[in-house]
Amino acid sequence: MSSESTPALVKGAAGVESTASGGPAPAGPPARSPRSRTTAAYLRYAAGKLAGAAVSLFAVLVTSFFLFRLIPGDPVKQMTGGRQVSTEQIAAMRREFGLDLPLWQQFTQYCGKALTGDFGTSYQFRAPVMDKITEALPATLLLTGTAFVIYTLLGIWLGSRSAWRNGAAGDRANTAFALTLYSVPSFWLGLLLIITLSVGIGPIPGLFPTGGMESGSTTGFDRVLDIAHHMVLPVITLVAVEYARTLLVMRSSLLDEMGSDYLTTARAKGLRDDLVRRKHAVPNAMLPTVTLLFVNLGTTVAGAILVETVFSWPGLGGLFYQALSVPDLPLVQALFFVFASAVILMNTLADVIYPLLDPRVGR
Amino acid sequence: MVTRVSSRTPRPGRRLRTLLASGAAALALTAGAVVPGNPLAPVPSEARADDGKTTLTVAVAQSVDSLSPFLAQRLLSTSIHRLMYDYLTNYDAKDSRAIPGLATAWEPSEDKLTWTYTIRSDSKWSDGQQATAEDAAWTFNKMMTDEGAATSNGSFVGNFEEVTAPSKDKLVIRLKEPQATMAALDVPIVPKHVWEKVDDFSKFNNDKDFPIVGNGPFILTDYKVDSYVKLKANKDFWRGAPKFDELVFRYYKDQDAAVAALRKGEVSFVAGSPSLTPAQSASLENAPDIKVNDAPGRRFFALAVNPGARTKDGQKFGDGHPALLDQKVRHALFRSVDRKTIIDKVFQGHAVEGEGYIPPRFADYFWKPSAEQKLSYDPAAAAALLDEAGYRKNSAGKRVGEDGRPLDFRILCHATDPNDKAIGKYLQEWWGDLGIGLKVDCLDNVSDPWYAGEYDLAFDGWSVNPDPDFVLSIHTCAALPAKAKESAATDNFICDQQYDELYKKQLAEYDPAKRAELVRQLESRLYDTGYMNVMAYPNAVEAYRTDHIESITTMPSDGGNIYGQDGYWSWWSAVPAAGASSSASSDSGGSSTGVLVGVGIAVVVLVGGGLLFAMRRRSTAEDRE
Repeated sequence: MSSESTPALVKGAAGVESTASGGPAPAGPPARSPRSRTTAAYLRYAAGKLAGAAVSLFAVLVTSFFLFRLIPGDPVKQMTGGRQVSTEQIAAMRREFGLDLPLWQQFTQYCGKALTGDFGTSYQFRAPVMDKITEALPATLLLTGTAFVIYTLLGIWLGSRSAWRNGAAGDRANTAFALTLYSVPSFWLGLLLIITLSVGIGPIPGLFPTGGMESGSTTGFDRVLDIAHHMVLPVITLVAVEYARTLLVMRSSLLDEMGSDYLTTARAKGLRDDLVRRKHAVPNAMLPTVTLLFVNLGTTVAGAILVETVFSWPGLGGLFYQALSVPDLPLVQALFFVFASAVILMNTLADVIYPLLDPRVGR
Repeated sequence: MVTRVSSRTPRPGRRLRTLLASGAAALALTAGAVVPGNPLAPVPSEARADDGKTTLTVAVAQSVDSLSPFLAQRLLSTSIHRLMYDYLTNYDAKDSRAIPGLATAWEPSEDKLTWTYTIRSDSKWSDGQQATAEDAAWTFNKMMTDEGAATSNGSFVGNFEEVTAPSKDKLVIRLKEPQATMAALDVPIVPKHVWEKVDDFSKFNNDKDFPIVGNGPFILTDYKVDSYVKLKANKDFWRGAPKFDELVFRYYKDQDAAVAALRKGEVSFVAGSPSLTPAQSASLENAPDIKVNDAPGRRFFALAVNPGARTKDGQKFGDGHPALLDQKVRHALFRSVDRKTIIDKVFQGHAVEGEGYIPPRFADYFWKPSAEQKLSYDPAAAAALLDEAGYRKNSAGKRVGEDGRPLDFRILCHATDPNDKAIGKYLQEWWGDLGIGLKVDCLDNVSDPWYAGEYDLAFDGWSVNPDPDFVLSIHTCAALPAKAKESAATDNFICDQQYDELYKKQLAEYDPAKRAELVRQLESRLYDTGYMNVMAYPNAVEAYRTDHIESITTMPSDGGNIYGQDGYWSWWSAVPAAGASSSASSDSGGSSTGVLVGVGIAVVVLVGGGLLFAMRRRSTAEDRE
């Protein structure tokens, strides 16, 4: 590992170490042991990342308010459209939702409440927004979380094998297949799976439910199995479309490693090729993949709008779609905030643990 | 001996191992494929479960907004309330005339301002208490005094002065002005003893304590957000118990998935929102055990002309094209729309050619223009009208007014409605031939420019109730907004003195035949003004499984629709098919499916474990070499 890539550390006036912004390190005896110096640098690095995340979260909070005010449409009119509603009722609803207040007043109210975790009441469902979100969150996490685990393992495994045998027929077929699935619209693939594996076509019998998360007639362990049964097709759809990304990142970063001297050394030591791959090459090639995984983990919360729609999965993706169509401003704002927060937090987490995986980072 | 092995040279047998491992991964992905039982079993049925209970499952596209009848706005929610609670009156399935509901009789006073209803004595709440006039009086009073309780149905009590219940079986409603719609109060009557405990009506959603106390043909027993709503038959319903034991509304966000569920037998009925597409209905026409019901709808599909947006006090706003203020121009547009082509090509036959404002299924109020009055398709006559109005073609073939402004119009179209887009293209062609330009503005949400009056023409459509008062009221001057660009009850800023006078007369006319005549005169006036060009009455296209449902009542009973009726006739009357399979559905037979899912998972674990073991053994052997 080269020491040149490590940012120099200087001792601050108050005796606290700080990271120099650039330039050569000034001479001087180290005040603490290298270990404590490294820890302090890491803490400083982590604090910086956390502060950045806090600023981003606040920016998201502000953006979420103004961004969705740009959506055309009067929520009250949209909700009462086609119904027998008098002008007085429309005015009463506008009052109730606070839509009659000036924008700045709506904004200050929104910020004040959001800081206490209160995102208001959904226009269309007449229920606290956070209740609606916590109601739908488990379904999303279950679906996208399961898919995440499967496509991550599959992507890493196939990606590393593919790179190891770069250019072989297996690699070409593997990459081509993954890329083909990656470019298939998930909505279309979902419908195709419904038609074939759910309804059944020709010799293929109908095996899975066409939609929903559960049948509602089961309890206990039967319910768990019932939900698992409903999950199969949406999970297959998500995995099929998503695993290619992990595969490609894993493959390319492993290819970068393959010419490295340490692999030649490892082979020269007489290690089996399989061991060289698993114990030496793959761990080093994992770093870019880890970043991708954290980003994916963040977006996992946002659900998969199209897949949730085609399989009528009662998760956050579907809720966001419904909220946008009104537009149900409190719900849209809160969901946007939750989605963005998840990505920000996961990115921050990746940033924070990255130096633990690769000591060159964060010094 | 150390041997360097090239990374590009696979060892013998590795290919096989990779293949096996890939197979295991694929197997894990499709774990459930070995799951749910005998693939050769007949198509499962939702109609009859293991315990012999019959269940009717309806695929719905809308999610429930609220289960409180005071808050619910959506068609699905209000349809469910029709099943849960009795209303004062109902509509006859045959011809939509008002018939007894919770009230057995009703009559107005001499001065037309007091209505007295006789409440039936054989209606019970599901907790055993009797439903009385006091429940009805409490429901209406709550809506009159609590803004939160008026959210959904407040418009029905807007003209009420006082509501009382002098006895258990007498309900008296005193009005501010005469109102002919007193047998069409579509308000669910709730049990006072349950609802008087509610604190905040604007937030109470009635979706926590099941079963929910009601007195309709079905009792709501379970609800899972965006998944399903379950109701069981009310065996004590005064009109008689429904034939199916259970009714389930299952949520399908995607219409194609709902159609697939019908094919599979997971659901018994699918409607569409509002209709199945021509492609969907065509695909179901020849499917076994499925009947497509292509029935006259209750909607109209129209072309609305901006008559010059204005407020109640006459302040003008918006930027509608001034040429459209000329009746001759509007009539010219009318006469250059080929409705037959629209029905044949755009609706592919699933619609009826439009004439008057109210669809023909409401026979009493249906009106069509006489031969002399009719603005039939005639491009030559349209051109002559434009010439007459002073809009002559210039050298470039464009119609230009005396002020030099060409006849270039914009039309608001709903981006999500393929019919709007298709008809927009036809209009561009037909009007283009006349020298009129047309820009089709397809937007996700048209309400903003519409309420700002910033449009020339717009695609418009409404569902009509058996009592047409509401769809007529939206064209009165009273419906105009109080302030510019503010949302209001008006549909299209129409304000016409003659129309308003006729509207007032029909609302105060208690003789049904005389009122119907006045309504027809209203339609005639609307037609003559040329502000609303009703092009079609789209059909309600829906489908159901004949191996689940033996018979079901349509509305009108002679060839009408099933979903979204004015009443509970369809689900109340549906008879389970005798031959319905007694096997549990894949979606409801939890236990057998569960066992098979378990077996499937065990198989996958065993195969995976075996593979892992084989791979480990092999690598250990290699290490020894």
